[in-house]
Amino acid sequence: MPCINNKHILQINNLSVAFTQYEQGLKQVELKVIRDLNVSVHTGEIVAVVGSSGSGKSLLAHAILGILPPNCNAVGNVIFEDELLTSARIQELRGKKIVLVPQSVTYLDPLEKVGKQVRKEKDEESICKKQEELFAFYKLQQNVGELYPFELSGGMARRVLLTTAMMESPRLIIADEPTPGLHLEAAKKAMRHFREFADKGNGVLLITHDIELALEVADRIAVFYAGTTVEEALVADFQSVDMLRHPYTKALWRALPQNGFQPLPGNQPYVKDMPKGCSFGPRCLRFTPECKGDIQEQTLRCGTVRCIHAE
Amino acid sequence: MDNAMAVTVLQQHHRKRFNQRSQTIMYMTFGCSFLLAIAVIGTMVGDIAITTNFTQKNLLPSMAHPFGTDWLGRDMLFRTLKGMSISIYIGLFASVISAVIAAILGAAAATLGRKVDAVITWLVDLVMGIPHLLLLILISYALGRGTLGVIVAVAISHWPILTRVIRGEILQLKEANYVKVADKLGRSKVEIAVKHMIPHVFPQFLVGLVLLFPHAILHEAALTFLGFGLPPEQPGIGIILSESMKYLSLGMWWLALFPGLVLLMTVLLFDLVGGSMRKIIDPHSAHD
Amino acid sequence: MNIGQYSGIFQYIGKSIIKITSLLIAVSILSFILVSLSPVDPIRAYIGEVGMANITAEKLAKLEAYFGLNTPPVERYWNWFSDFVQGNMGSSLLYRQPVASVISVKFMNSMVLMITAWIFSGILGFTLGIIAGLYRGRWIDKLIKGYSLLIASTPTFWLALVLLMIFSVWLQLLPIGLSVPIGVNAAEVSIFDSIKHLILPALTLSVIGVAGITLHTREKMIDIMGEDYILFAKALGKSRISIVRHHALRNIMLPAITLQFASISEIFGGSVLVEQVFSYPGLGKAAVSAGLGGDAPLLLGIAVISAALVFTGNFTANILYGFIDPRIRRGSIHG
Repeated sequence: MPCINNKHILQINNLSVAFTQYEQGLKQVELKVIRDLNVSVHTGEIVAVVGSSGSGKSLLAHAILGILPPNCNAVGNVIFEDELLTSARIQELRGKKIVLVPQSVTYLDPLEKVGKQVRKEKDEESICKKQEELFAFYKLQQNVGELYPFELSGGMARRVLLTTAMMESPRLIIADEPTPGLHLEAAKKAMRHFREFADKGNGVLLITHDIELALEVADRIAVFYAGTTVEEALVADFQSVDMLRHPYTKALWRALPQNGFQPLPGNQPYVKDMPKGCSFGPRCLRFTPECKGDIQEQTLRCGTVRCIHAE
Repeated sequence: MDNAMAVTVLQQHHRKRFNQRSQTIMYMTFGCSFLLAIAVIGTMVGDIAITTNFTQKNLLPSMAHPFGTDWLGRDMLFRTLKGMSISIYIGLFASVISAVIAAILGAAAATLGRKVDAVITWLVDLVMGIPHLLLLILISYALGRGTLGVIVAVAISHWPILTRVIRGEILQLKEANYVKVADKLGRSKVEIAVKHMIPHVFPQFLVGLVLLFPHAILHEAALTFLGFGLPPEQPGIGIILSESMKYLSLGMWWLALFPGLVLLMTVLLFDLVGGSMRKIIDPHSAHD
Repeated sequence: MNIGQYSGIFQYIGKSIIKITSLLIAVSILSFILVSLSPVDPIRAYIGEVGMANITAEKLAKLEAYFGLNTPPVERYWNWFSDFVQGNMGSSLLYRQPVASVISVKFMNSMVLMITAWIFSGILGFTLGIIAGLYRGRWIDKLIKGYSLLIASTPTFWLALVLLMIFSVWLQLLPIGLSVPIGVNAAEVSIFDSIKHLILPALTLSVIGVAGITLHTREKMIDIMGEDYILFAKALGKSRISIVRHHALRNIMLPAITLQFASISEIFGGSVLVEQVFSYPGLGKAAVSAGLGGDAPLLLGIAVISAALVFTGNFTANILYGFIDPRIRRGSIHG
């Protein structure tokens, strides 16, 4: 990534995830939900992958951690701290150096006390101490450990999930919609833990549909459309539409309430009906016949973009 | 960005040679042919099945009599086929009746308000409180233990579980967003029912119906085995098996083995077809 | 102990007892109606065909009065009901003894058979179901699934016949029937003998029972392994064994309990058939004899007792749920 002097913690190249699904009748086809996705996270930064709900962004998190459902095919290069990861290596690292912070309390075992789950069912003194320290750090009362998940309030649940992730001092947090349904101010407060984490020299990959939140807390934004990242930009670029590169990003910008609230007609294409070449083509004002060909990712002014008409 | 760079395979999913839908079609075709064959042949060989021939009695299975003969010289293969076809007819008839009752009660419970729901749920609990076979005996007893008693007993006692399923399905649908939206948009209840609910409930109903067949057939066979129902002249599978019990200690094993195997295969086929159909409509495995 | 903490559970128990009682009464009414509808003549069943031919008119009238044939059904039910709650279940026509004593003897026999099969099929079914669900799609799952489907489609009475043929007739290893050796004084029947007579019926029931429980447990296990908290556990780096031990097993306990207690009804049904094949003197065989022989009081008594058994089973399952599931246990405080 040009213009950024820090090292990479995470680099993802050409990640593709596909499911098999039935067409009409007896035939099964492969549907690529994620296609040739590139994204990277440097030390000290929060990168937000922003895309609409249900577009497959969670799969990105699962693919990195190697916890995709069994009926998927996934290929791609995941490079963590300069090491190209194999599935075996991912298994070793997950939960320790690369951790997931999920959305809600449904990701906790409803029949087990919270404290035990945070400690991953281990009872050694050092681990108990770590749990107590983290609880104190995140302002959770010690007796919270004796509660069951259904007894936690929303805020407590978020902090418990965060504690669980932090137990083994990770380097990279992948946060999947960590503040669902919260309004902006509350969400910003919840996100400051992630900011502190990143500022210590670690990395956060934030997956969200809330672009306003992303603009407030992240350092860079990766715009997710139809299964791939169409642009990676600094948050500072979003101050003016001219600094953005991809037509879709510009349309996003214009759709923000403070920028005129102008919607763009049309919808994201279904995975089954993916257009040839650029997936944004049918809705794009700058569409030309060359857009139906293979679109490479280019570097442009401290960001990357997948568009032959980028400016 | 180097496009020629090799990508690591993170996960690979091996597809089955025959996917779920093809499998279901295979089962259904094979299953239906087999059952049709039994039913048709069984009906046609009526006379041969009851023809006695004392020169041929108690024979072991052979080329001439693949299932052997019984103590009256009757060919066991034809007897079995005839008996099986009777059981299949009764089972089919009873299942359809039970399924229709279940559909009506289940829909009523889910759509006609709390009180009706409470009554029907209580009814379901009531009928399920008596062990099924005992209930069948009671009903059969109430109707005089004859053939009609068996048929009615099996027909009117298999509805509880399917009722619960249909009731649950419709209740869930009522809470679905698209149904609520359609209602707010002013669509009539009938329109909503036909356009949104029936396409979801009908597959469940169909699968439930198909899976009722094996239960109904087994129960009818069990009832007649115990001695209720069909008179000995009508060779239902249950009767064939209960009669074979008398000759067991004489070592005539083929009298019980083959008819039972045919019953087993029939029930198994229905179970496989029903199971395959269920996998298709279940969203978790629908795309296997 | 703070009563308030458990008041939720006591309330629940109270409500359940009321519900069960009302259901049992309803079962008794339903059974009574069914039994009364029958065209079977209790007098004929009592004295037999020969007796019917020789009876005088006045004796017939006396018997009719005794059986209450001319009293309205509601009154008859009320008489039966008030007797029943005092422990008098009427007189068995076939056995010429109080129904209550016939049932209590046969109840013990059936209980031994059913409990053996219940425990065996429960443990084995649970284990196989978990293994199959955990290794879904692999050959061990296919094996377990295939075997269970085959057994679940097998007619209970046919399996009983086959086992009888193999072990009793052919190999002559086990007795052909009954629950004790013929001609042996009751006091001299050894535990070993009783067990020998129990083996085949219990084996048949267990084999059939395992299949159903395996298939249902497997389904529940597959559901559980697809839950969010299992996914998160994987993301936390827990090994598969750890996930099963700490999360899957605990969460499958609840549906497993429901399944296990619900299987009581199926096992009773199976015992009817198995007892018939092996001439095992239990409730099931008595019910069949009562049905075929027109013994209405006995049939009625067995119907109500078996329903009571089923309801007690469901009730026990619900109580256990209340203790195991913290959401129910603690829900009463936190509301």
